[in-house]
Amino acid sequence: MKMPIYMDYQATTPVDPRVMEAMLPWFVEKFGNPASRSHAYGWEADAAVTTARKEVANIIGADPREIVFTSGATESDNLAIWGVAQFYRDKGNHIITPTTEHKAVLDTCRHLEAEGFEVTFLPVQANGLLDLATLEAAITPKTILVSVMAVNNEIGVIQPLAEIGRICRKHKVFFHCDAAQGVGKMDLDVNAQNIDLMSISAHKIYGPKGIGALYVRRQPRVRLKPIIHGGGHERGFRSGTLSTPLLVGLGEACRIAGLEMAAEHSRVLALRERLRTGILNRLTHVVVNGDVCSRVAGNLNISFQYVEGESLMMAVKEVAVSSGSACTSASLEPSYVLRALGVSEEMAHTSIRFGLGRFTTEAEVDHVIEIVTRGVNKLREMSPLWEMVQDGIDPHDLQWAAH
Amino acid sequence: MAYNEKVLDHYENPRNVGTLDKQDANVGTGMVGAPACGDVMKLQIRVNDQGIIDDAKFKTFGCGSAIAASSLVTEWVKGKSIDEALAIKNKEIAEELALPPVKIHCSVLAEDAIKSAVADYRSKQKGG
Repeated sequence: MKMPIYMDYQATTPVDPRVMEAMLPWFVEKFGNPASRSHAYGWEADAAVTTARKEVANIIGADPREIVFTSGATESDNLAIWGVAQFYRDKGNHIITPTTEHKAVLDTCRHLEAEGFEVTFLPVQANGLLDLATLEAAITPKTILVSVMAVNNEIGVIQPLAEIGRICRKHKVFFHCDAAQGVGKMDLDVNAQNIDLMSISAHKIYGPKGIGALYVRRQPRVRLKPIIHGGGHERGFRSGTLSTPLLVGLGEACRIAGLEMAAEHSRVLALRERLRTGILNRLTHVVVNGDVCSRVAGNLNISFQYVEGESLMMAVKEVAVSSGSACTSASLEPSYVLRALGVSEEMAHTSIRFGLGRFTTEAEVDHVIEIVTRGVNKLREMSPLWEMVQDGIDPHDLQWAAH
Repeated sequence: MAYNEKVLDHYENPRNVGTLDKQDANVGTGMVGAPACGDVMKLQIRVNDQGIIDDAKFKTFGCGSAIAASSLVTEWVKGKSIDEALAIKNKEIAEELALPPVKIHCSVLAEDAIKSAVADYRSKQKGG
């Protein structure tokens, strides 16, 4: 077993060997610029890009002409939100997005706020899901865009996209969906779900880092002001020479994901449930963050009461996981996503995100259950708060001096 | 964050984890910190008839440095008189564990824990 055990598939995924195999000829041998129209080097690269575009379109039920290649989901989010806002600013200046979105969405919205746009940051329910009535009530005649992610990167909850799409279409508001964590892991169909713009990333689906796409609807047409100017590549939405090897990787990753999604979903879900029940059967005072049912198969986010987050990370150092606190050098910042769910600061600090995926094995899951159980028990044995709980005292009932 | 070897050693093999009898007149208990701040230290000392600390135990909810600081302090106070124990300064703890600036509060908390345990012991002695 390779140590530390990798359980951080929401952070990134390894490139699938089949994907790498497909990419390799496009570096040295077939290096042409897909924009070169005058010779065979360009033509073969262009053909490869066309195939990749089809694969990306296929997996979300789109037309290949609606796919704009970008450097990744962060750029796609920026282009979608900023691009729509700037193009339609005469029509309206209001944008709606939940507080639990990825920073690429939230930060772009904050920059637009500084430019005079109005942004409604919608609260979510305790299970992490958006309340549809709250969303609909927030729409005004000035609203031009609603941006809601498919799957949350921290807690894995799946938002009700079709319902959100229906509400947006009814009010003639564009719907942007950051689907970086959803593509290849759940059924996505831009037409069935009325999605107008969708951000896609390759490295979350066993493709290479540094490449992604933005789906931009043609019917009814969505227009964007580009961020990157130049030679007018990608129908003017995104200038810059296309990276054939990275695009071939993205396309192949989408093709494999489309073929294997159903089987992979059941396999990963079974592993996730094995991990969840394994931990819950061995430890008490454990809480799963985010809805358990409307959740992507490969995510489990758990808080362990009465142990401290940083020492917990030390205790589980044989597992590569993410913590609910962004442990920067200066301070422990509890996750804003967990805080938005109403999770206390204390519980947010002791949360761990387990991300499972294509190469996770049952033996790894069993080993992780043992490591986590051992670590939490050890820290609880050492914790004065746990001792109080065993004596029937709730530490929250006591007065504590701040320090 | 990369930890110093001494911190890791105390974290992996904490010394003197446990509990002394709170009701014992010779035992002083100090509890400092707050759960919301991410550190709670409980330090207990037992003082013998000669006025020497002959046992010390701790329990700590906190980061690796907080656990290491409390573990270290239990080692240091053992065999010392009360006044000698009170002379232990956070600076020495921080130096011994090579704590980075963001972890200095762990050593401050450990020093406070000694003071708090001694204060509890003294008030018990006065009361008794």
